[in-house]
This record gives sequence, structure tokens and C-alpha cells, in this order.
Amino acid sequence: MKADTSALRMPLPAVPDTRFALGRQVATWGLVAAVMIVLPMLFTQGFSLSMLSQMGIAVIFALSYNMLLGQTGMLSFGHAVHFGLGSFVCAHALNRIGAGEFGLPVTLIPLVGGFAGLAFGIVFGYVTTKRSGTPFAMISLGIAEMVAASALMFPGFFGGEGGITTNRVLGDPVMGVSYGPQIEVYYLIAGWCLACMIAMFALTQTPLGRMANAVRDNAERVRFVGYNPTRVRYWMFCLASFFAGIAGGLATINYEIVTAETLGLMASGNVLVMAFVGGVGHFFGPVIGAVLVSFLQSALSTYTKAWLLYFGLFFVMMVLFAPGGIASLFAVHGAPLRHGLFRRLIPGYLLSGVCLLVMVLGFVALVEMLYHVEQGADMGTEFDLFGLHIDVTGAASWLAAGAVFIAGLVLFVLTLPVIRRAWTHVHGELQARDAA
Amino acid sequence: MSVALELHDVRKSFGRTQIINGVNLTVGKSERHAIIGPNGAGKSTLFNLISGRFPLSSGSIVLDGQDITNSAPNDINRRGLARSFQITNIFAKMSVFENVRCALLWSSGHRYSFWHRMGFLSGVNERAQEIVERIGLARRRDRLAGVLSYAEQRALEIGITIAGGAEVILLDEPTAGMSHSETADAVELIRTVTQGKTLVMVEHDMGVIFGLADRISVLVYGKVLATGTPAQIRANPAVREAYLGAVAE
Repeated sequence: MKADTSALRMPLPAVPDTRFALGRQVATWGLVAAVMIVLPMLFTQGFSLSMLSQMGIAVIFALSYNMLLGQTGMLSFGHAVHFGLGSFVCAHALNRIGAGEFGLPVTLIPLVGGFAGLAFGIVFGYVTTKRSGTPFAMISLGIAEMVAASALMFPGFFGGEGGITTNRVLGDPVMGVSYGPQIEVYYLIAGWCLACMIAMFALTQTPLGRMANAVRDNAERVRFVGYNPTRVRYWMFCLASFFAGIAGGLATINYEIVTAETLGLMASGNVLVMAFVGGVGHFFGPVIGAVLVSFLQSALSTYTKAWLLYFGLFFVMMVLFAPGGIASLFAVHGAPLRHGLFRRLIPGYLLSGVCLLVMVLGFVALVEMLYHVEQGADMGTEFDLFGLHIDVTGAASWLAAGAVFIAGLVLFVLTLPVIRRAWTHVHGELQARDAA
Repeated sequence: MSVALELHDVRKSFGRTQIINGVNLTVGKSERHAIIGPNGAGKSTLFNLISGRFPLSSGSIVLDGQDITNSAPNDINRRGLARSFQITNIFAKMSVFENVRCALLWSSGHRYSFWHRMGFLSGVNERAQEIVERIGLARRRDRLAGVLSYAEQRALEIGITIAGGAEVILLDEPTAGMSHSETADAVELIRTVTQGKTLVMVEHDMGVIFGLADRISVLVYGKVLATGTPAQIRANPAVREAYLGAVAE
């Protein structure tokens, strides 16, 4: 279904009106708030509550990353540096508060993380934003490596391999809230998440936010309309670091432990994947990405040890076939939906979707069987998958799985023209109506 | 006549290749000045030097009494000089309206503000709307700039250039690649939007130049061969030989 976005692209995309529409925005944020309030009531297991908390943190982090990549065109490989440093500063702040050295409500600790992120953003950003494009990416990678290395060199601040542990329950409950139970932490995260989302969206509507888009599109031209693109990048970098630091502070409160992994390259790569999978071209894209990736990481890893492989393949497929992310897959269907042409696309989608599913089933079976061959000593040679018993020592299972995979692949490719024809028809209709 | 732009013995070389060999040029306020010359004469390089895109090898440039030699492009723009590009240079993934709005934002004094909402800056929005209408793209207002037709993109290029209200405007081949009727429209557009401003333009179309320019400078091998009114340039034997004659053949 995702195989052909180049053909799915609209002929003449209309840009949404950016004029201030108060009513619509209040309604949107009200809806987001309502969803955040209701979610823990729908998913009541302890497991889902901690996952929701993790998602809230990831949403802030991914949106802050998109201020760099999607809005200003800066591909950073070191954004977790600001998240992690904010996290560490918050852990120390919590411990100091616990020791009675100074007083600050736990509710405001994320702000400490934000200012820590901002402070490091001011320092690192000054160096990195002097360049754009590939040099920027390289420098961000260098700084990420440098900070990760110093995490092991300064165990006093970073706590060495074990990290820094802390305690979020400090003193007497304030208005009945002690942040002991996870549900209270979830609502703290949700509140900060909503506030950060609104702030980051509002930022896109300001002169700085607009000029960031201009720098992304054409930094050279920006210089000839009076703006210094380096300055625009620096401002955006600092503000993105601020929001990353807030997310880091929330992570400290949530997990009560910070290790050097939080600021490492893996974490920086992870947030890149979230933003990209969700879609960097749309404000809400990274939100989708953060929620989906957090979910996949938690859910897939409980089902299979090969989850990183599936996850990596999923990312590669998205980059190849839907470079605009999931948000663009939604956006591309906006016009057909509005004009009542979506019905035309359904048969093709269903047909190819079923074939795709067959292909994925075959593929998963093959991967799991390979995994059992490799890890045979630990996992045994027989297992159940999709209700079927599989024995990796026999040829029958291999042949069956291979056949399912290849059949699915062939059928999928064969059914793609159905989708393509439907889109050609829809495009023609839209253009005709556009001209009328 | 007071002076808007002055070039004193401007030189530029890339490596050992001299592209601009000591150009002296004076453009008066409210004058429409065309720069013509054969391919490779250094016209675009000269624009790049004036607008700050490249540093000078030697010489000096004075804009409205202020020395702008080797200033950053954004500084030069803030002092009242705006330019267009020979190869269309717009913000492709932003709407026509956003393109124009970004181009006039600095002159409206909002700098790098992240505490103003664009929707509330009514002065900015009205001016942007007015410019979008003046360049004839009102119906394309909310379209992405990247999907406009070539002529429309050229009009937008001029819109971006004039949006900031600069007093000195540099247009680099504004009608290049246009059909006859498109060229006529572009000339009319240039004439109206540069009313009362200083215009320096590089152009190949002789009809455009003789119709629009008050004075013409002929650039050959990085030097000004002659400067004068269209009639003087047309009558100048050296120019005829070096440039106009070659075209007529």
C-alpha cells in the first residue's frame, strides 16, 4: 500500500491557510487534552500506564527534534545530548532537594531540565549551527560522541556505568499529590506534554518559526531578505534543546534513574527514527512516530527477540517508499476524502493489503525460523507461530514459509497496478474539478 | 542628482582569472540603469559583488553614502538593497503568500521574534497581500511556490525582491526564458513596482532595455566600455562593434 507514494503525490497541493483560527485550535488542543485524560482509564494495566508515560516523554522529545529536522532542515545525530544532560541535571536537582539543600516542587523539575538543555544548547549550538547540511550533521555526531565519552570520564556527575539514581517522592504530598503512584506521574507527563505541544506549535506560527522554514527551503535566499540564516538556526537549536531538556527531566521523574545511555548515539538515532517514521513535514507527524515507535519497541520486544530486525526493516521501508512518513500517507488522502473519491481507492488497498499481509507472514516465519536455527541451543528447534507448529529441522516448514513469502510478494507486486489506476482516475477527477 | 549606488575600481578574480577588471559605476537615485554585455562579461558576478554574495578582491562599493564593501548580504539588504536571481531562487515548499511575507519580515522590525504570532501582525499580512496582488498572483496566494509556472515564479522572484521596501533594486535577467507576451507583462510589472526606486538590471532583451532603462552601461571583459542614455549607447561605435553589432548579425 505504501509502495508508490511518488504516484500518490497530489498534482497541486494547496497549503493550509495559516491565518489564526482560534476556535479550531482550541478545539484541537481540547481534544488532545481529553484523549490524554481518558487514555489511562481505558488501559488500566500497570504495563500500559508506564508505556503511556514513556509515549508522553517521547512525544515532546520527537517534536523538539523536528524543530531541527522538519522545520529548519538540520539533520542532527546528537539531539539526545540535550535530553540526557537535562535528565542528569534533574536527577542531581532531585537529590539536592531530597537532601534539603534547596526547595522546588517536583512538578517544576522538568523546567530545570529545560534550562539545563537550553544552557548546553547555547554552548553546543554556537559551534554546530555555524555550518548547515552535512557538516552540521558531522559536528552534531562529534559532539554526541564527545558527551557520551565524557559520561564515562566524569563518574561524579554521570555516575559511571550505574548512572544516577534518585527519588521523586519528596516531603509531604502537595494537594494530595506525592508522585509516588505511576498514575500521578502520568498526569504530570501529560500536562507537560500538552503544554510543550502547544508551545512548539505556537512557535511555528511566529516570525522565527517561519524564517526557520525559509532557511530549510533556501538558506541562500534568506540572506538576501535581511536575515542571517546562522542566527535563525542557532535560535531554533537552542529552543529545541530547551524542549529536549524538559523531556529529559520528565524521564528522570518517571524512571528515577539516569544512565549514560540516555545521551548516547542510540538515543539520538531513536528520536530521528521517531520523527522520520511519523513524518517530518507535518507538525503532528513526530507525535504519530513517537507513539508508534514507543509502542513497537515495548510490544514487539515482548513477542520476539528479533524485534530490532523488524523495526529496522520497517524504518528502511518507510524511508524508501513513504519518505514523508505516516503523516504524509494521511495527508495524501485528504483531497480524495473531501471530494468523496476515496471509495475508488478502497478495492485496490484491500487487495494489495491482503497480499502484503501474506508476504509479511511468510517473511516473519522465515526470520523466526532462522533465529531458532541460530539460537537452537537456547530456544529449541520447534515452536508455534500464528497457531501453527513449526519444526526448523524439517524441510516442509521452510518450503511452506518460503512459498507463502514469495506468493505474497508476487501477488502484492501484481496487484499494485490496481491502486495505480485508481489513483490516476482520482487525480484526473481532482484536476477536472480544480479547473472547473 | 543624488547618488544611490557607487562602485569604485571594483575588481574580482577567481584564482588567477580576473572576472571584474576595475569597474567604476554611479547610479543616481530613482534611476533605471541597465547593464548589458556579451556572455561571460561578468554581469552576474558584478551583481554578486554588489549584493555581498562574493567578497571583492579590491575596490569599494558605496550604498546611499554608506560603505558596504564586503558587508554580509543580510547587512546590505537591511541598508536598503535587494536583489533577484537569474536562476529562480524562491522558497519552494512555502506558499506564495508565505514567500512574500518572509521577505518583508525583517523590514517590519520583528527580527527573530518567537513571541509574536504571525496571524496577529496585521501590518505585515496586509503588506504581503498587497504585494501578492501587485505581482498578479492573488489567485495563487495559497499555492506552494514550487508548483507555480515559470513565469509565475519569475513574478514571485520580483515580489520577494521588492517586498522589503528596498530603495535600490537589482534584477538579474528578470525576463530570461519568457515568451513575448510574458515579457511584456514582466516589463509592466517591473515598471510599476520600481516606481520612484533605483533599479539596476542585467538584461539581454534589447526591447526590454530600451523600453525601461534611463541609462545603460556596457560591460565587456569585466570593464565598463561605455555608459550613457539608450540613444547614446545605440550611437556609440565601440559598443556597436563590441556588442550590438554582434547581436544584429
